[in-house]
Amino acid sequence: MESMSTSGDELRDLYRELILDHARNPRHFGRLENPSHQAEGINPLCGDKLKIYLDIDSKNTITDACFEGSGCAISVASASLLVETIINFNTGQVAKYFSAIIASLTNTEKQAGIDLGKLKALEGVKEFPTRVKCATLAWHTLNAAIKKQHRTVTTE
Amino acid sequence: MKLADSNENMPDSNRILHHLSDFPALNQKINGHQLVYLDSAASSQPPSCVIDAIAEYERNDHANVHRGVHTLSHRATEVYENSRDKVVSFINAKSRNEIVFTRGTTESINLIAQSFSRSSLKKGDKIIITHLEHHSNIVPWQLVCEQTGAKLEIAAIDETGEVNSQALINMLDDKVKLLAISHVSNALGTINPIEKWISVARDRHIPTLIDGAQAVPHMSVDVQELDCDFYAFSGHKMLGPTGIGILYGKEEHLDKMPPWQGGGDMILEVRFSGTTYNELPYKFEAGTPNISGAVGLGAAISYLQDIGMDRIKTHEKEILAYMTAELKKIDGLRLIGTAKKKASVQSFLLDDIHPHDIGTILDNQGIAIRTGHHCAMPVMEYFNISGTARASLGLYNNKTDIDRLIESIGIAKKIFN
Repeated sequence: MESMSTSGDELRDLYRELILDHARNPRHFGRLENPSHQAEGINPLCGDKLKIYLDIDSKNTITDACFEGSGCAISVASASLLVETIINFNTGQVAKYFSAIIASLTNTEKQAGIDLGKLKALEGVKEFPTRVKCATLAWHTLNAAIKKQHRTVTTE
Repeated sequence: MKLADSNENMPDSNRILHHLSDFPALNQKINGHQLVYLDSAASSQPPSCVIDAIAEYERNDHANVHRGVHTLSHRATEVYENSRDKVVSFINAKSRNEIVFTRGTTESINLIAQSFSRSSLKKGDKIIITHLEHHSNIVPWQLVCEQTGAKLEIAAIDETGEVNSQALINMLDDKVKLLAISHVSNALGTINPIEKWISVARDRHIPTLIDGAQAVPHMSVDVQELDCDFYAFSGHKMLGPTGIGILYGKEEHLDKMPPWQGGGDMILEVRFSGTTYNELPYKFEAGTPNISGAVGLGAAISYLQDIGMDRIKTHEKEILAYMTAELKKIDGLRLIGTAKKKASVQSFLLDDIHPHDIGTILDNQGIAIRTGHHCAMPVMEYFNISGTARASLGLYNNKTDIDRLIESIGIAKKIFN
């Protein structure tokens, strides 16, 4: 099937400056000393590996977060943007963002009332179905960390 | 099928390119660009004659094989067994009893592991493979070693992706009960000197199994000349359909081996007091086989034979040399796999761009390559990388395809500058 586009517009939309910047210089990259929560996610097809470390206080607020791992530009940028976003969120807010970001990356119905802010930079993956998993891996891993699931999260 | 034989003096490459129109899938645009298919090591594109043979069988001859007296069943049996005969001639087996239809290379290797090896391995015995192997020639041996207490040992490779041949030969002591090696590496394209290894193994009474999935589409293979004990390959890497493959085995081994799976077709008589097994090769073909797959594979073999494997080899060698030379010119591009003798495949890395990002950018330009670990994680581990971008050739590729690849890599570089 032939796509409508003959130019690299979708590519530029996927690899926006903000994405490339976060891929090259991921924020909050590293590990926490004694995290209250952590989880590992892998994308077995790509070999992307991600660990997310969280400190969640008694009021369910994420007071600190870090990630480490390796992967493609999309998965690293997504993890970097995620961690930057969720620090100081409570877990209820995270749940709302999780649904909103998954919806926005998979082209399903928009969640009303949530402005994804910088995370919107990831929307370019919509046009690249084989890459959606790269962008969502960090979010699934975050979810597993909050729920204290010990099994490694996979995108498969 | 017709050969471009009007001009006998035409160079091989041009002759082969006359066949481009035989491949319907190649004639399409992807993301607005003419498709350039450089992923034949993962799966090759079938020519029209293969697609037509399958459709013809399904339209007119579909029935079960080796059962029933009606005409369709007879026809189905005939086309199925006719394909077996084509395989016999394609790899020069001694007899049709030596050709077992399987689902593919993976199943062929598992069959040997679970029948030939499991029934004879003891604690302390060894199986030797190389560091180059595809997961399908690693995991079946890990399983059978767990089951029997035997040990799996690995022959080392060097930074070019060649196996240390002398070290491998030194490993072949009297505890070794099987040497299981790839003919051509799927991740790096290295052609292994299997002739030499088989000959040493034979002298030391060690049976050999060759994973030929990446060799059979690119060169002529003669199992009698090689004198290996087993040779495994897949239909869909040699212009045929998926879900069909071959296990070649010397009759003396297949005869002694216990059946692997039980069911219909593999029996002579079933009684609750005991069952007698069918003769070769049916002893290893339990259940209704992939008949249309076998028909497609037979058509693919005829197609390859009509062109000639030597001609295909010459053509692909020329394109591979061109591709490697052009890739080398790109600043920041690192070739992974630089063995002296190679077939079809070139893996590479570009600057610090992740292979998946390269793959996406190339796909956007209509270029299909494979990215990732290529089911050969130990190879990636050796090079201390998570994966590569891999361009692999089929007989239908030409220099224009390579020019398009190189141009698109330039676009990837620009995006990530």
